[in-house]
Amino acid sequence: MDWDFIAGHVNYWMFIVLMMTGLYIVVSSGNLVKKIVGLNIFQVAVFMLYISIGKITGGTAPIFPSNSKGYLEIDPSIVYSNPLPHVLILTAIVVGVATTSLGLALIIRIREEFDTVESDDLVKIEQQLTSADNKEHGDAMGGMA
Amino acid sequence: MAGTVSPHDAKTLIEQLPILQVLVPFCTAPLIVLIGNRHMAWLLAFVASVISLVISYVLLTQVYGGGFISYQLGGWAPPLGIEYRVDAANALVMLLISAIATLTLPFAYESVKDEIKAKDHTLFYACFMLCYTGLMGVVITGDAFNVFVFLEISSLSTYVLVAQGAGRDKRALTAAYDYLIMGTIGATFFVIGIGFLFMSTGTLNMADLADRIANEGTNRTIRAGFAFIIVGMGLKAAMYPLHLWLPKAYTFAPSAVTVLLSATSTKMAIYVLLRFLFSVYNPEFIFELNVMFLVFMPLALIAMFSASFVAVFQVNFKRMLAYSSIAQIGYMLLGIAMFNLSGLTGTMVHMFNHGITKAVLFMGVGALVLRTGSSFYNNLNGLGRVMPLTVAPIVIGGLSLIGVPGTAGFVSKWMLVQAAFENGWWFIAILIVLSSLLAVVYVWRAIEVLYLSEPAQGTKMAEAPMSMLIPMWILAIACIWFGVATDLPLGAASTAAEVLLSGSFGMVE
Repeated sequence: MDWDFIAGHVNYWMFIVLMMTGLYIVVSSGNLVKKIVGLNIFQVAVFMLYISIGKITGGTAPIFPSNSKGYLEIDPSIVYSNPLPHVLILTAIVVGVATTSLGLALIIRIREEFDTVESDDLVKIEQQLTSADNKEHGDAMGGMA
Repeated sequence: MAGTVSPHDAKTLIEQLPILQVLVPFCTAPLIVLIGNRHMAWLLAFVASVISLVISYVLLTQVYGGGFISYQLGGWAPPLGIEYRVDAANALVMLLISAIATLTLPFAYESVKDEIKAKDHTLFYACFMLCYTGLMGVVITGDAFNVFVFLEISSLSTYVLVAQGAGRDKRALTAAYDYLIMGTIGATFFVIGIGFLFMSTGTLNMADLADRIANEGTNRTIRAGFAFIIVGMGLKAAMYPLHLWLPKAYTFAPSAVTVLLSATSTKMAIYVLLRFLFSVYNPEFIFELNVMFLVFMPLALIAMFSASFVAVFQVNFKRMLAYSSIAQIGYMLLGIAMFNLSGLTGTMVHMFNHGITKAVLFMGVGALVLRTGSSFYNNLNGLGRVMPLTVAPIVIGGLSLIGVPGTAGFVSKWMLVQAAFENGWWFIAILIVLSSLLAVVYVWRAIEVLYLSEPAQGTKMAEAPMSMLIPMWILAIACIWFGVATDLPLGAASTAAEVLLSGSFGMVE
C-alpha cells in the first residue's frame, strides 16, 4: 500500500466512496425522496466505475481518422480508449432515469394517499392498518392467528 | 447454425425464432398504447403471448435432446455482437413463462376489470407485455450486460403493475416503492458484478466469459464480481434474508399480477443464478463450492422452515401463499447446494412445477377475490360448498404445494430427497420432509376454511366466470398430469442439469 498504489487506483476509491454514500442514504434516510436521491448516487457510482475502466493510458477518442477523400485511414500506432463501457453506460443511464422518474411518480401517489413522505410515518400507518386487519379477521377465526 | 453462414444470408423463419420470441411481445406493448382500446389491448396481448408460447415450444423441441441454438443479433458474431442462446435449460424456463402468461391473460380479463380502473386497462396490458418481454429477454440472452437491460425492463414494468393494486388497498403503493428500492439495489449490484467480470476478462458474452475464466483461472476481481452477482440476483429471487419485498408486493398487487410474478419472475432470477453459478463461473472453483455449502444451504433451510412457519399464522390467504413462495425458493436453492445431477434436476423441475402450482393457487385466490372482494380467511368460510368448481383447483394446487404423491410437487421434492441421499445427507432429506409437513398445516388451514366451516348466512355466490375457470382447470390438470407423466419436465430438466453441470464446457462449441 504505497502512495503509487493509492494514487493509481483513485477512480476505484471514488467509486467506493460514492457507492457507499448512496447506499448509506438509501438505508438511513427516512424521507422517500432522499432515498431516491441516494439510489441515484449509488447508480452514478457504478456509471463512473464502468467509464473509468474504459480509459487506456495515452488512449484517445475511438474515432478512426479519415483522409481527404473520406476513406478511413486506420493507423495501428494510435491507442484508443475502449468505447464499449461508454455504450453500456448509456443504456444504464436510461435505466437510471426511468427508475428515478418511476420512483418519484410513486412518491407523488403515496403522498396523495398517505399524506406523508416520511417512512417512519408510513410504517406507523401501515402497522395500524395491518393490526386492524389482523384484529378484525383474526378474531373472526377464533384468535387462531 | 453459427459460423459458416454469412450474416447477411436470408434466413428462414425458424432461424429467426429466438429474436421473435422477444420482439413479438416487445412490439405489442407500444401497439397496445397506440391503439388505445382496452378490449383490443387484451386481445393483442393474448395473441402475442400465444405466438410466443408456440415459439417456445418449437425452440424446446429443437434443443430437447441437448445442443443449443445460437442467434447473432444483427449478424454481428459473438463475442463482439450480442448473442441469443437457447439450450434445454432456458428453453424450459421460457416454456414455463410463456405458458403462464398465456393462461394468466384470460384470467386477467375479468380480474383486471374488477380490480383496476377502466382508464388504466390499456396501459396495464402494455406494462404486462413489457414485463413479459423483459422476462423472456433475460432468459434467452447469452450476453451478460443484456441480462441487466432486460432485467430492468421487466422490473420497471413490474413496479408499475404492483402499484396498480392501489385501487383496492393503498398499501400497494408502498409495496411497489419498497420493491423499487430493493429491486434497483439488486440490479445495480448485479451490474457491478458484470463490471468486475468485464474488467478482468474484457468480454461480456457468457460463453466467452466462461472460456476465459476456465482457462485463465480466477483472481480477486472475478471473485468479488461473483459475490456481487449472487447478492444482486439473490435479491431478485427473494433468497432468504433478501426476501423482504416479496410478501407485501404479492399481497397488494392485483391478482393477475401476483399470478404472473409468483410463477415467473422469481423463477427467472433463479435461472440467472444457475446460469452464472454453473455456466459462466466454473463450479469446480472452491470459492463457489464454499458459497453453495456455507451460504446457500443454511439459508435455504432457514427459508424452508421460517417462511413456512410464518405462513401458518397468516389470516390472509394471499399473504400466506406469498410466504409459502419464499419457502419454495428455499427448496430450489437447496437443490443447487446439493451440487449433483439429481439436485439440479430437482431445482429445474421444482421451478417448473412450483410455477404452475403457485399460478393455480393465486388464480384461485383471485377468483375468490372477484366474488367475495376479500382474500381474508374469515370471508371465505365454506365457499368450497358454494362454488365447488372454483375451489377444487385450489385444493389440487394445495396438494401439489405439499407434495402429495401423484401431483407435480411430489416429483420435484422426490428428486430433492433423492439428491440428498446421493450425497449421504439423510439429515437434509428428513428436513425436506419436515418442512413439507409445515406446508400440510398451512394448506390444511385454507381447506378447512373453504370446506369445513359453515358458509355465512345467505351466501349465494356464483361460480367464477369461464374465462377464469378454464385457465385454472388447465393448470390444475397440469399439476396432476406432470405428477404422473413426468417425461416432459423431467426429461428437459435433466438435459438442462447436464448442460449446466458440464460447466463452462457446455457453453463452448
